[in-house]
Formats: sequence, structure tokens, C-alpha cells
Amino acid sequence: MFDYSVLRVIWWLILGVLLIGFAIADGFDMGVAAVFRFVGRNDEERRSLLESVEPVWEGNQVWFILGGGAVFAAWPLLYAASFSNLYLAMLLVLLTFILRPVGFTFRNKIADPRWRSVWDWTLTGTGLVAPLLFGVAFGNLFLGIPFHFDSLMRPMYTGGFFNLLSPFALLVGIVSLAMLVQHGATYASLKADQTLSKRAAAVGGYAAFAFILTFVLAGVWVAYRMAGDHIVSGADPQGPSNPLLKSVTVTPGAWLTNYHAHEALWLAPLLAIVASLLTFLLLRAGRPGIAFVTSSLTLAGTILTGGIGLFPFLMPSSTNPNQGLTVWDASSSAKTLGLMLGAVILFLPIVLAYTTWVYRVLKGRVTLDYIRNHSNLY
Amino acid sequence: MSAIDVVSLSRIQFGMTALYHFLFVPLTLGLSLLIAIMESVYVMTGRAVWRDMTKFWGLLFGINFAMGVATGITMEFQFGTNWAYYSHYVGDIFGAPLAIEGLMAFFLEATFVGLFFFGWNRLSKVGHLTVTWMVAIGSNLSALWILVANAWMQHPVGAHFNFQTMRMELVSFSAVLLNPVAQAKFVHTVAAGYVVGSVFVLAISSWYLLRGRNVELARRSMAVAASFGLACSLSVVVLGDESGYLAGENQKMKVAAIEGEWTTEAAPAGFTVFGLPDTAAHVTRAQVKIPWLLGLIATRSLDQPLTGIDELVDRARVRIRSGIQAHVALQALRANPSDLAARSQFSAHQADLGYGLLLLRYVDDPVNARPAQIDQAAWFTVPDVPVLFWSFRIMVALGLFFIALFATAFYLASRHRFERSRWFLKLSLVSLPLPWIAAELGWTVAEYGRQPWSIDGVLPTFLGVSTLHAGSVIASIAGFVLFYSTLAVVEVYLMLRMIRRGPEGLGFWPLPVVGSGSPVAGEVHV
Repeated sequence: MFDYSVLRVIWWLILGVLLIGFAIADGFDMGVAAVFRFVGRNDEERRSLLESVEPVWEGNQVWFILGGGAVFAAWPLLYAASFSNLYLAMLLVLLTFILRPVGFTFRNKIADPRWRSVWDWTLTGTGLVAPLLFGVAFGNLFLGIPFHFDSLMRPMYTGGFFNLLSPFALLVGIVSLAMLVQHGATYASLKADQTLSKRAAAVGGYAAFAFILTFVLAGVWVAYRMAGDHIVSGADPQGPSNPLLKSVTVTPGAWLTNYHAHEALWLAPLLAIVASLLTFLLLRAGRPGIAFVTSSLTLAGTILTGGIGLFPFLMPSSTNPNQGLTVWDASSSAKTLGLMLGAVILFLPIVLAYTTWVYRVLKGRVTLDYIRNHSNLY
Repeated sequence: MSAIDVVSLSRIQFGMTALYHFLFVPLTLGLSLLIAIMESVYVMTGRAVWRDMTKFWGLLFGINFAMGVATGITMEFQFGTNWAYYSHYVGDIFGAPLAIEGLMAFFLEATFVGLFFFGWNRLSKVGHLTVTWMVAIGSNLSALWILVANAWMQHPVGAHFNFQTMRMELVSFSAVLLNPVAQAKFVHTVAAGYVVGSVFVLAISSWYLLRGRNVELARRSMAVAASFGLACSLSVVVLGDESGYLAGENQKMKVAAIEGEWTTEAAPAGFTVFGLPDTAAHVTRAQVKIPWLLGLIATRSLDQPLTGIDELVDRARVRIRSGIQAHVALQALRANPSDLAARSQFSAHQADLGYGLLLLRYVDDPVNARPAQIDQAAWFTVPDVPVLFWSFRIMVALGLFFIALFATAFYLASRHRFERSRWFLKLSLVSLPLPWIAAELGWTVAEYGRQPWSIDGVLPTFLGVSTLHAGSVIASIAGFVLFYSTLAVVEVYLMLRMIRRGPEGLGFWPLPVVGSGSPVAGEVHV
């Protein structure tokens, strides 16, 4: 159908789509979890904020699971190397994805304030830690991960957990956290009762401000203070997925190569900044509906900015740059990529259609009145 | 040596988290369908008691579902975190059904489950019923894809090894999808899930009847569980998993181990009801046999013999020697891809490459393996006979017990005699944990019985592990033990609390319930 190199680029784009879908859908779960305890000042208010997420978190979390499955199927080397190399960080992320679902489900089942307080803090923790760690992982991709392959192609990691927490990676962690807090607060502002909506909008505004600041700072850091990888030879876009065949140079500012080659690509970071600015303004103007759209565009712009900078790299290696994983040498076979492309084309529109329907059924604010007059079992 | 330690630790973690996840999965499978059946009756008859049943069991389903989602994520990510080489080696094939599961099944189930709880007042009756069925269909489709992936580990069809990428690659997706092992597994596993759901409903309803509470709801719930459970407990035994066991070499080994059958028995083989497998002397002592039965179970015939362990080990020895040739040729090809002699040697022996890799447990380069090591590796292909032998027998005994339990329940339901048969209500109540034991034993037979392979004949388990420090895995095991135990306690506590308060104490319905037809006015919210 398509040749191998085209399939690989398509799958790089699908990876982007899935990441953006995950950030938009599950991002507001995390964002709401991060801020609901501060935006909501009593149990009723907190319940109403959580109830805006409770009917949809399950579906949202599937974006995360699908992302994992798609990386496994389409980029098995990336899946193998990233998950094992970032072992403790991944398990920490996993823990937040275990505790958030049960937190949503268990919290309201018992009215005891101590019980609810434990789950409230648990939820807050998951909402803060997961976005931070996602950002830290993304930041480390720019710095390179210390890994190489042995003769059997086993990925060998030579760093530790705390090496991941470098200043730049933490900065990207804050970019990610600010972005998802902006997103979650915008969603809360859209769904919550009027007074809560205003409070959430204020939080979203601060987050947008923090996002723009840290995003620009991270960009300047990448441009002026960081070396990037560049393939000089040996990578064959049509060739077998073998990351041991290419040579890579490391030069300062190289992560901007794609931007210098195609100036239109600057639209991605521009989109992130402008969309966040608009979110800030729309939240102040009391228009959370459109603000949710611009907030989603912020996420899309940010993820695209990072992806374009790294392309064709997926996971650069800091200790053996020649063995970094790229779009050309870490994919599945052409057959599997083609098959999975068919599955995505067939099923993703169906998923989007019924997801849209579910959100339409659930349209409207969760008012405090409603919360007062309803059983608190769920 | 430290590599082996990480292997054991990673296996402990995988087994632990999988067994834990598998506590929630069968109940989700069974309850989702039972709830959909109850709500269908509600929509068809308009009787409010059926809606209340749907909501009450739905609430328990919700608690269980969240745990299933939470622990399922661990399973998907653990391949990458702890089994990195496995992920690289077979991701090209194994990843596809997992990703399709997400796209086609899990999205469906998870997107609609929220509406099941929050959509009662926002949807028409038929609209809500459709949502409930979507959840049930989604969970069952989910099981299908997971079992397609799992069946490929048991019987890897439709794939070949590519020396340029050093991994298995997909040749035929339809072969992977239509894998006979996958079909057998799917029917057997979902039927087992339905049995878990049915026993759950039966046992809790019995408790209500014993106390004379929620009689209308409990009696009807029992009737549904009895008929559905009878059909499913019959399928789970009759359509057992063993039909798939003759498909591959390791599967044959599994049957032989389950039977404690060391030497090949002439057809039709007898089934050993009792025996004491002696792994040192390679005999099973004190056997009590039923003639012909095993031949019927395993081969569905009376004329095919079942190969014994000794003979299968002899075959493994031959394949290990051939695997050494494959490994030598592979090294030559890696050094020089255009080496024609190596290429033809590799294609002659590549089917046995996995057997050659078994030797990496004993030597750095298989070509240096001594005959004693080859012998050791050949015997290494035998799974843990006593564990398999007993797990299988207890599971089957439980399966037969469930048939009897549901048959009795069905009889009592048709005679409207539940309340008068207190002995039966007590029996149902104490049966509550049994289907979980059967399900966990089933997992043990299938997956522990797959050892020493991750992928039968292709990739030994010890080779698939990530290069981690033992300390990291110990830390993650400690984390899992801590959080999983806490969550288990909380989940059981919440379930018991919901059950004890009962549908009438949960406050989500307006009482009294009148079987008049139209739903009671006022917002009902779960």
C-alpha cells in the first residue's frame, strides 16, 4: 500500500495524534485531580468538581493504555528501551494510574471525612506527580538517555533514577504540569457551578502564565545551551529496523535543525504560546467553552514542538549516540505497520464518534444543587 | 548469576500482578453480561425490580471494574518495564492484538461504563440498555484480543525470525487471529468468567434469602444466575482449554505434565484421577486411572496417542542440537549478511533457534555446550509436574462442583423453592470463593505450565527479561505488595459494606419498590 518509509512517518504522526489525544482527554482528569482540593473548599464543592470527571475518566484513561499498546505494536524497540530504562519513573507513573481510578471510585462510597481526606490527597498527588514525570521523561529525550544495545540487541541502561531529575528535565516537568493544570482548570471552569467556575478560571489563568514562561525558557535552553543529535550516515528509511547501523554527530543547537530547514514548522511553538495566551484571556472573559478548545490546541502545539525538534529521533542515546532510536530504525515491520494503520483508520473514527456522543449526553454543568440532592455513592 | 536473580524477581512480580489482575477480570466479564441480561428484562417487562437489580449489581460491578482497570494497566506496561527483550523480540506480532484490544474493545467498554452509572436520567430506557450492552460486549471483545495475544505465546503461528532485526516478525495476521489455541482459550476463559459472575450473584442473593431481606430481588437474581450459570459451567468444562493443547510441542508437554505421564501411553489414554508424581524417578506413583477418558479430553478421539514426557525430552534434545546450528549461522549472518552458506544453514535450522537459546542459561555460546548441558537444557523444557498435576485436578473438580451447584439451583428455581432450601442457600454462600480459586488455578496451568518458555519454542523466559538491577525489581515488588494488599482490603471492605447495606440501604432508590411497570418518579442516581 505505502512504502516502508512513508508508513514509518505515518506512524510517527499517529504517535503524535495518540499523545495529543491522551493529553487532551486524560490531561484534564489529571489537571482536575491536581487542583480540585484547592478550588473546592468543602466536601460538596469537591464532589461537584470530581463528578465532572467521574463519568468519563475510564474512557480517558484508555488513551494512555492505547498509547502504550500502539508503541508496543508500532515501535517495539522504543517500548522496550524506554520502559525498562526509565524503570522506577515508569512504575511511579503507573502507581498514579492505579490510584487515580480507585480514588475516583472509592472516595464517595463512604462519608467519613477522614476517609475522603485520604483519597482527596491521593488524587491530588496523582494529579501532580504524573504530569511532572511525563514532562521529565520528555525533557530527558532531549538530553539523551544513557543506554546502548548488547550483541543480542538487549537494551542496557547505565543511568539511575535520580539522574533523570536534571534541571532541564525538571523545567520540562513544570511545563507539562502547568499545561495540564491549565487544561484541567479550564475543564473545571466549563463544568462546575458558577462560583467554582470563577475560581477554577483564575487557577487556569495562573497556570497559562506559568506555562508560557517555562515553555519559552525551555525553548531558549534547547536553542542555546544544549547539544542535539544529527544523523550523518547509515540510516535507511526503507531499511530493516536495526539501530546499530547509523552514525550520529552531536552538535550544539542541533535540535533546531528541522526548524531551520522548514521555517513553517515554527508555527507549532507559536501555536502553543498563542493558544495558551488565548486560554488565559478567554478564561478571564468567562468563556470556558472556547477556552477548552484553545487549551487543547496548547497541548497539541507543545507536543508537536517537541516531536518536530527531535525528529527523526524518538529516543536519543547520550552514552552511545549512534544507537539512539529513530523513526527509521525502531519501528515494526512494514506488514505490522500497515495492518495497524488499517486498524487505526477503521476504529479511531468510531471511537471518536461514540466518545463525542457520550460527552453530548453528559453536557451541562454539575451544579451544587444537584450534588446536594443526590446520593453520594458514586 | 545476578541475571537469573532478576529473572526470578521479574517472574515473581509478573505472576503476582497477573494473578491479582485476574481476580477482577472474570467478575467483570460475568457481571457485565448478567447486568445486561437483567436490564434487558427490565426494558422488556418494565418491572422496576429488574431495574433495581441492574443498579445494585451494577454498583458492585463498578467497584470491581475500577480495580480491573487499575491493575490491568500494570499488565500492559510490565512487558516493557520488566521484559524488554521479550518486547523487542516479539512486539512486531504480540503488540498488535494488544493495541487492537485498546482500539476496538477497551475504548468501547470504558467509554460507556461511565454512562451506565451517570446516564440513568439522561437516556431513554432503550438508550441506557444499549449502553449497558456496549459495556458487556466491550469487556468480552477485550478478552478475545488479550487471549489472541496470549495464545500466540502458547502456540506462535504466522511469524518468522528476521536476522537483520534480530526479532520475530509477522507473516500472517489471519494465522495469529485464527490460532486454534486462541479459540479454545477464548471460549474457556469467558465461560469461566461467567461462572465467577454467576456464583457471585448466587452467593450474595443466598445471603439475603437466608436473612429474609430483599427477597424479590434476591430470588430473581438467583434465577438468572442459576440458568446462566448452568449453561456456562457446562461449557467451561466441556469446552475446556485442552483441545488447544495438542497444537504445539510445549502444549503437548503441558498435557503430559498435567497427567504426570512420563512414558507415551497407547491410545486411547486413560485419565489419572489420583497419583503422586515423582519428578526424580520420572514416574507417577499410586495412580488411579479412568480408561479412555484422557484420550477423549485431549485429542477428542480414541486413536491418537498422547506423547509422554520422556519422549518429548528426547525430541527437545534433538531440537537443541539443531538450535546450536541455527545460532552459529545467525552469528555468521550478523557479521556478514551476504554469507550464502550461513543463510542456507540458518533457514534449515531456524525453527529450532529458540531451543538453541535455552543453552544460554548454561553457557555463553551455545556452540560450546557439553552433552551434559544439552541434557540439562532438554530436561529444563519440562514444567513443574506436581504443581500442574494438582492445579488441573482441583480446577476440574471445582468445575464439576459448579455444574452440580447450578443444576440444583436451576431445579430449585423452577420449583420456586429457594427459601425453603436453607441448606442450599448456605452451600451457595460458602461457595463464593471457589470460582476464583478455579480461575487462578486455570491461569497457573496455562501460564506456569508454559515454562520455561515465554513464547513456546521461540524465546525462553529467562532471556526475555530487562537488564535491571535486582534492587529496582525488589523495590517495585515491595510497592506492588504494599499498594495491592491495601487496595484488596479496601475493595473487599467496600463490597461487604455495600452488600450488608443492601439495595434498600444504599439510598439510590425511592422505596417502596412497586412492580407496577413505570419507573418511579424522581431522579435516581447511582
